[in-house]
Amino acid sequence: MSTAELVNHRPARKWILSTVAIVVSLVVFVIPFAFIVLTAVKDRTQSADLSFSWPHQFRFVQNFIEVVEARDYMLVIAFINSTILTVVSVTGMVVLAAMAGFVLQRRKSRWNGFINFLVLAGLIIPPAVVPTIWVLQKIGLFKTMPGLILIEIAYGLSFCILLFRAFVATIPRELDEAAIIDGAGPLRLFFQVVFPLLRSVIVTVVVVQSVNVFNDFVNPLYFLPGDQNATVQLTLYNFSSQFTTQYNLLFMDILLITIPPLIMFLFFNRQIVAGLTSGAIKG
Amino acid sequence: MRSVAITSVKPRERSKARPAASAAGSKVYRPYSNWFYLPTAIIYGVLFLVPTFASLYFSLTRWSLFESKFIGLDNFKLFFQEPALVKGFTNTLIYAVITSGSKVVLGLLLAVLLTSQIVARGYLRSVVFFPVLVSTIGVGLTFTVLMNPEKGLINESLGLLGISGPGWLTDPKWALLSVAAVDVWKGVGLATLIYIAGIVSIPREYIEAARVDGATSWQQFWRIVLPLSRPATVTVIILSLIGGLRSFDLIWAMTRGGPGFTSDVIASVIYKQYQAGFYGLSTAGNVVLFITVTAIILPLSWFLNRKEVDL
Repeated sequence: MSTAELVNHRPARKWILSTVAIVVSLVVFVIPFAFIVLTAVKDRTQSADLSFSWPHQFRFVQNFIEVVEARDYMLVIAFINSTILTVVSVTGMVVLAAMAGFVLQRRKSRWNGFINFLVLAGLIIPPAVVPTIWVLQKIGLFKTMPGLILIEIAYGLSFCILLFRAFVATIPRELDEAAIIDGAGPLRLFFQVVFPLLRSVIVTVVVVQSVNVFNDFVNPLYFLPGDQNATVQLTLYNFSSQFTTQYNLLFMDILLITIPPLIMFLFFNRQIVAGLTSGAIKG
Repeated sequence: MRSVAITSVKPRERSKARPAASAAGSKVYRPYSNWFYLPTAIIYGVLFLVPTFASLYFSLTRWSLFESKFIGLDNFKLFFQEPALVKGFTNTLIYAVITSGSKVVLGLLLAVLLTSQIVARGYLRSVVFFPVLVSTIGVGLTFTVLMNPEKGLINESLGLLGISGPGWLTDPKWALLSVAAVDVWKGVGLATLIYIAGIVSIPREYIEAARVDGATSWQQFWRIVLPLSRPATVTVIILSLIGGLRSFDLIWAMTRGGPGFTSDVIASVIYKQYQAGFYGLSTAGNVVLFITVTAIILPLSWFLNRKEVDL
């Protein structure tokens, strides 16, 4: 452990501090989630109290079925849509960004400065919404799933390229050279030699970006309006106006939508942390 | 290995030396093909660069998506004259500064706590970080209910303590601050994580040496941890300012800019004008946001990255 320890080792103080920290964390962070779960299993009248109380009766299954059936199984459609959106756009991002990041790191040319500038611009500049709709309409992709997928890829590329470029720098050039000497062309060199070596950073990118795309609300709102195409975040938004008297169903929806990120968190905690802190030490 | 290479494949052997040499566009075999940029360049160019440049023109027009009429700077004048829109602009700055500042302070304190020797450190780290991964809309709706003025859990608990809490989201004075507080609740985990990574990378010897010299915990924090976690601070400030200035979903889920337009930010103004069909004005909002973000982030990151600390 190379952790810098600031707090002294006096045991009494350590225990007091720990207890306070745990109690505060329960109040601040755990209660809101407990509230979601409790409200999601309540019946309709009790959930309308908005109180933090033990349910009179557990209606997990009924509430679940009701939420799923609401508005002609919109939630099921939304989950399918969100899954397609997440899987396809994240796959696209990974492949394209890995290719770009690889060449950007390996090949030194006078364009590198300009390309790096564009990558950073993609992180900083807020996308221009209506002109993007205008472009999508011109190419016939507005209000279509492929259009939204391409949008997600375009907005996610910058972050991915930064991670890939940094990771490619750690792969020795000798490997490339050996592959080239053995007769590999550019495509083979990348897909058969370099790409497999990127595995750990690919896992990071996939996990971080799937959570991002799955939780994205703004882009589906603008670029894929309409109930038939709803993604899960939009169902939440639509339900919130429809279910104002049925908080149990609204919170059941919130609960269901929280499960995929929770699974990601439980299995890939380390990769998420690696991805999100990658810029912290270099600055 | 090398000798085999030299004897077996003569022409390719030259390309070995290529990457090191400067690329001047000669016809030598290159393993790193510029074609690899092509798909990225097309998607990024068509869906990001073209709209960004188009926005500069369309913000100067009255626009219906099919036809546009050039009206000069009228949209921008409107943007800085109409009280509702000006409010959106100032709110954006307030919101970004409050959330960013709180994330820096709370993130650093939490990181110091979570790198110290306390019980249940793993649990605490997870529980602080988890909200980062949860849907913003879900968090927003949950806190809207918790902040309900009469029945919400927050005011009920305050009532038990004898305090009558305000209408967090219904009182114009509080609405923006309440949303900012929820933003901090959701985002502080990321700041903490970045700070933890920064603090863990500080060599332990520094702290030990200071302790041997008799430095108090406070001195260790102030003289060692704070200056040496500067890169983390820069990252947290930049990331949370960008996020805060562009923030839309949380505000939209909790107040929709209300009551009235008292918690509107530029991003919600853009959406409202878009819904109302004022595409030119909406795009002007986008350009204002673009300029605001660049005008704040670029000088700031230049300034913060300039002063490096000597190790």
